[in-house]
Amino acid sequence: MDLIVIKNLIKTYATGDTSFNALDGVSLNIKHGEFVAIMGASGSGKSTFMNMLGCLDKPTSGSYFLDGIDVSKMSMDELSAIRNRKLGFVFQGFNLISRTSALENVEMPMIYKGIEPEERIKRAKAALKIVGLEKRESHMPNQMSGGQQQRVAIARAIVNDAPIILADEPTGNLDTKTSIEVMEFFVKLNAVANKTIILVTHEPDIAEYCKRIVRFKDGQIISDEKNSYQKGLDSLDKVNSEGIL
Amino acid sequence: MIDFESTFKISLRSLYINKMRSILTSLGIIIGVSAVIIMLSIGEGAKERINKEISSMGSNLLMVLSGSTTSSGVRMGSGTQPTLTIKDSEAMLKRCPSVLEVAPTVGQVQQLVYSNQNWSTTVNGITPGYMPIRMWEIEDGRSISQDDLKNTTKVAVLGSTVTTNLFGDMDPINKTIRIGGMPFKVIGILKSKGQNGMGQDQDDTVLIPITTAQKKLFGTDFPGMVKHISVQAKDEESLESAQAEITELLRERHNLGKNKDDDFTIRNFTQMLETAKQASNTMALLLGSIASVSLLVGGIGIMNIMLVSVTERTKEIGIRMAIGATAMDIRIQFLVEALLLSLIGGLIGVFIGIAGSKIVDLFSDMTVIISPVPVLISFGFSGLVGMLFGYYPAYKASLLNPIEALRYE
Repeated sequence: MDLIVIKNLIKTYATGDTSFNALDGVSLNIKHGEFVAIMGASGSGKSTFMNMLGCLDKPTSGSYFLDGIDVSKMSMDELSAIRNRKLGFVFQGFNLISRTSALENVEMPMIYKGIEPEERIKRAKAALKIVGLEKRESHMPNQMSGGQQQRVAIARAIVNDAPIILADEPTGNLDTKTSIEVMEFFVKLNAVANKTIILVTHEPDIAEYCKRIVRFKDGQIISDEKNSYQKGLDSLDKVNSEGIL
Repeated sequence: MIDFESTFKISLRSLYINKMRSILTSLGIIIGVSAVIIMLSIGEGAKERINKEISSMGSNLLMVLSGSTTSSGVRMGSGTQPTLTIKDSEAMLKRCPSVLEVAPTVGQVQQLVYSNQNWSTTVNGITPGYMPIRMWEIEDGRSISQDDLKNTTKVAVLGSTVTTNLFGDMDPINKTIRIGGMPFKVIGILKSKGQNGMGQDQDDTVLIPITTAQKKLFGTDFPGMVKHISVQAKDEESLESAQAEITELLRERHNLGKNKDDDFTIRNFTQMLETAKQASNTMALLLGSIASVSLLVGGIGIMNIMLVSVTERTKEIGIRMAIGATAMDIRIQFLVEALLLSLIGGLIGVFIGIAGSKIVDLFSDMTVIISPVPVLISFGFSGLVGMLFGYYPAYKASLLNPIEALRYE
C-alpha cells in the first residue's frame, strides 16, 4: 500500500444558507520517497487539502489512509499523536515559538512524544547540525535571519523521524537566494534521507525542484504529472561534489 | 501526554518571559495571603490575651457585691449599702454545694507611709481563701494566715507596685509601714500580675487580715460587714447553679420578702470574659474573611491575565498543536502556569505575612500569635484560587482549532 491513499475526499464549508465544497472529490496516492509539489491559485482548495493531509482538519466524507491507518475518522487527540509521529510541518511564516531558543524549538515535538530530556537535547542538537545551525542553538528566533529560522523549522520537522514533511509555501517569505538554499535542502532530505516531501507553492520556479506536480482548481485535481526534476538533479550534483550530508 | 517536568519548565519559562506581568499578577495573591495571615495572627493574639486574663483573674469566679438597696425611694448603686457579712460568706461555703471557696473582702483607699515615702492605694481586708481564688501568689515572705485573722494582727502583704513606690530597691519584709497612721508589719510581697483587661494595675494593692481591717483600721458603723465576696464555683458548669444557690441563700438570710428586690448583686466575671472571647473570635473570623476577599480578587487577576495570555499566544498554541500537543497538554500547561503564579505568590505572601505579623507584634501593643494552621490554610487557599481561576482560560486555550490558531497574527 502507498504511504498516502486518499479516495474521493470532500470538504464542505457551510456559510449561512449556502454551502460550498472546498474539496470536491479528490483522490490521490503518494508513494514513499516521493517529492510532490501542489500548485494552484488561491481558493483552488490546495490549502484545505494541505490541512487534510496534515491531519489538522477532518474531511466531510471520503477516506484518507496514512501509512496504512485510516485517519479520516480519528478524534482530534488521536490526530495529534499522528501529527507528532508521522508528519513534520514547515510553514511559510516559519512558526517558531518566539522568545524560545532554536534548541528548545527543535526539542518541542519530542516533548509531546514523551522522550526523556537528555535524549531530547542530544537529538535536537543532531538535527540542528544537519541544517547547519549547530552554532546557533541558543539563539532566539528574532536573532536569526529568515533562512536560518526556516532551517530551524526544518530541523523541528525532521527531529521526530517523521516519514512525511509537509511544507506550506516554505519559500514564500524568503528572498531568491535563500529560497534556493532551502529548496536544495529539501532535495537533499528527499534524496539522502528518503523523506517523502509534499510542498505547496504557487511559484513555478520552486515546483521545478520537485519530482511530481499536482495542480488544483475549484477543489479538484486538474493535472497530476511527472516533472523533469532537472533543478533537483543539478543541486544534487552540487551536493555530491561538495560532499555535504 | 507530556511529562510533569517538561510542563513545569515550559510554564515557568513563559512566566519568566513576562516577568513584570507575572509579578504584578502574583501581587494580588501575595497581598491576599499575607493579609489573611496577619489578620488571623492578630485574632489569635487577642484570643490568647483574654485567656491569660481569665487565668490571672481566677477561674470560675463569681463576685457577690453588697448594696443596690432602696433608701427613701432612691435606688443606690451596688456597693453603696454594706449588706453582706462574713457570716454570709461562711454560710455560702457551708450550704451551697456548687461553691468551692469564698473570699469576703473589705476595701478602702488609704494613705501608706514608710520613712519619707508615701503612696495612696486600695487596702483590702481579706481571708486566706482570697489568695487561691484570685490567683495571687507570694513572691517573698508569707501570706495572711488564719491566726492573723483570729488575733487581728497588724500585718500587710504588699503588691509589687506599692513595694517599688514605698521601698525602692530595699527589702520591705519585716519593715513597718503606716496605713492611715496605724503601724503594720510587712510580712510578704505578691508576685506581679500586671494589668487587667481594663488596663488597671493589679499590683497596686495592699492585703491585710479582714478582721484587722474591720475592727481596727476602717472603723465601720456596721461590724462584720464586707464590701464584696469572691466566690469560686466547683467548675465552669456549676457557675450558673452557684449563682442560683447564692441568690436563694442570701434572700433567705437577709429576710427579703417575695416583693423585695435583692440587696446584693452577683456578677459572673468568667462568663463575661467568655463572651469577650467569643466576640474576639468573631472579630478574627470577620477580619480573616475580609482578607480572603482580597485573595479572591487576586484570583480574578490571575484569570484576567491568563485570558490575555491565551489570546496573545494563540499562534504558539496553534504551533504546539500542529507539532503534536493534545488538547489536554495545552490545558495542563496553562493550568500549571496559573497554579505557579498563585503558589509562588502564596509562598511570598506567607513570608510577608509572617514578617508583617512580627512587625505588628514589635511596634504595637497588640499580642500577635503566628500559628501554623492559618499559614497552611491561606497557602492552600491560594493554590485553590489558582486552580479555580486558571481552569477557564486553560479550558479555552485547549478548545482552539489548530488551523485557525496557526493563522492568527
